[in-house]
Amino acid sequence: MTYFFQNVVNALQWGSFYALIALGYSMVYSILMLFNFAHGDIFMVGAYIGFGVATLLVAMSAGGAIVLPGWLILILTILISMFLTALLGMFVERVGYRPLRDAPRASAAITGLMIGIILETGNLWLLGARRVSFPSLIQTVTYDVGGVILTNKKIMIVLVALAFMLALHLFVRHSKWGMAMRAMAFDYVVVPLMGVSINTIARMTFAIGSALAAVAGILFSIAYPVLDPYMGIVFGWKAFVAAILGGRGSIMGAALAGFLLGFIEIFVAMAFPSTLRDLIAYSIIMVILVFRPHGFFGEPYSAKLRL
Amino acid sequence: MRKIPYLLVAALVAGMICSPLAWSKTRPIKVGINAPITGDNPKVGEGTKFAAEMWLEDVMAAGGIMVGGVRYPVQLVIEDNEYKPESAVKATTKMVIEDEVLVLVGPQASSQAVPAGGVADSYATPMISPWSTNPNTTKDRPYVFRGCFLDPFQGPVVANFIKGEFGFTRAAVLYDVAADYSKGLAEEFKKAWEKINGPGSVVAYESFTTKDTDFSSQLTKIKNSTAEVIFTPQYYSEVALIVPQARDLGWSKPIVGSDSWGSADLVKLCGPACSGLFFSTHYAAAGAAGATKEFIDRYQAKFGYVPDDVGALTWDSLRIVQKAIENTGKLSGKIEQDRKAVRDAMAKIKEFEGITGKMTFTEDGDPIKCAVVVRITESGEFAFHKSVCP
Repeated sequence: MTYFFQNVVNALQWGSFYALIALGYSMVYSILMLFNFAHGDIFMVGAYIGFGVATLLVAMSAGGAIVLPGWLILILTILISMFLTALLGMFVERVGYRPLRDAPRASAAITGLMIGIILETGNLWLLGARRVSFPSLIQTVTYDVGGVILTNKKIMIVLVALAFMLALHLFVRHSKWGMAMRAMAFDYVVVPLMGVSINTIARMTFAIGSALAAVAGILFSIAYPVLDPYMGIVFGWKAFVAAILGGRGSIMGAALAGFLLGFIEIFVAMAFPSTLRDLIAYSIIMVILVFRPHGFFGEPYSAKLRL
Repeated sequence: MRKIPYLLVAALVAGMICSPLAWSKTRPIKVGINAPITGDNPKVGEGTKFAAEMWLEDVMAAGGIMVGGVRYPVQLVIEDNEYKPESAVKATTKMVIEDEVLVLVGPQASSQAVPAGGVADSYATPMISPWSTNPNTTKDRPYVFRGCFLDPFQGPVVANFIKGEFGFTRAAVLYDVAADYSKGLAEEFKKAWEKINGPGSVVAYESFTTKDTDFSSQLTKIKNSTAEVIFTPQYYSEVALIVPQARDLGWSKPIVGSDSWGSADLVKLCGPACSGLFFSTHYAAAGAAGATKEFIDRYQAKFGYVPDDVGALTWDSLRIVQKAIENTGKLSGKIEQDRKAVRDAMAKIKEFEGITGKMTFTEDGDPIKCAVVVRITESGEFAFHKSVCP
């Protein structure tokens, strides 16, 4: 039984990353009807920005310029990185997607792939192929709850991820901007005629999605502190799967599907030889999609969905 | 800066030509060194060249290599292979045909040693690659030898080490199923471990694929098995993820690795979680004793830094060459005949005491030698722990 619960803990942590990244895919899709395939690499850049900010703050702290405790550095790192990565997201939208908004969907998809490659190789050029190590900001504390081993980092990762998801949910449901986003998702041809600027909403969507990717990147770096420029590719694909599984354009669906994906991967590895993990996990998802082609919360195909 | 090695070589060669020894009636023995002096990996070339210069100094101080009561002076022919396969082939051909070297040392890396070995073998010139671990370098090439062990060889070595050091009977393996090196080593380890401890003694055999970062389900499985130790033949960047994750899941038992752990970056990425762990490798500078320490000290005094495994393996390879030449008993002066004599003598070398371990060549020209087990100290050094034989 402890074995089972240990894997539940593992899956919660693993699923948090998928969920946070899948949100970004899903939000952009719901507004612009396109998948931002550079999102996995924005996650990578978010992790690297977090690495840069954290290293800088740690060095300043060690130098005695300003002495900050580790948890404060972590909070500052998350906030600053969210801001900077949001700027990057807006830049990507402005340069890569806005000029192609009326172009065929395939062109926009290819743009995303190209931006992804530019971000990866740009990083490679900037920092080299050498792996970097994310500074350890908080001391790991291990708890043994009836045989299930938890660490303070694991608990923090899951809680922070959930908090950001809840915040996004509240924002989208209960704020004026959120309402504008939902309206835009409903119909992005007519709503601009009502005086809502699609450019503003698109920019905001990219900013929020990228900020969440930065949060995912930093939490990921805390759990897996070895960073490399290609870390976002496979991870981005899998989060994309979660976004589809949750239902294209459904925010909460994406979050839930992210967790579900984490659970499927972890539990398949628990029950079967781990060599077969991805083979079996993604076969299960194939089967789910065959029976629920619109994902869990997606709307049935209509003229509105063009991808 | 690149010109300095050339100048050094030129000065050496000039010195040798002018020295009275070279003018004595015996024709000097020519040893070809095929090294990446320039190119992507000049550090490898530098280590090779420095070790060769030290060896030459020793030999010349003794008056040359003694063969059948005659002292032959030695001449090094150093060719740059630029860390490229085609240049390595060209350099080998030139040294065999133009310079008429008796024996070749190098290239070092397998990408150059595999093609160059083909050339050396077809010209029936003995060649020894100190550093190449790819089986194809020596496979079906009677004239080609190597100075290091092959990758899969570490499997039985680590199995023996764990048995001897901890006395465990149940082990777990965690490896990358998509990497040749890791997969091969994991299989070899499993085979060796089950031979020692009986079938079923590898109680968890878990894998992942390259680029994976989360190993929690595999590690939970391992922790839940009865395993007493984890063997993970992974690269240092993955080790830096695996070890802390295992610790976070409450695994407090040993984790053991292979020579792919041996990078200075390991400690930087992994931090204190990795200290106290063991892995097998070719050679360890920290904590070395005897002849190994003597070599390290001399090298450091002469060139200003601690030699890496390339330097040490080149040193051993040159001394094997020397031993083989001495063992021929007589040099005829006819180069084809002498090359064959050297090859035969080299193949017969038994229990050679090298600074990287005791070596005996197999039929393929691969040494049976002991590996070094290294312990990662609290200060992040790789310290010699013990020498383990298969």
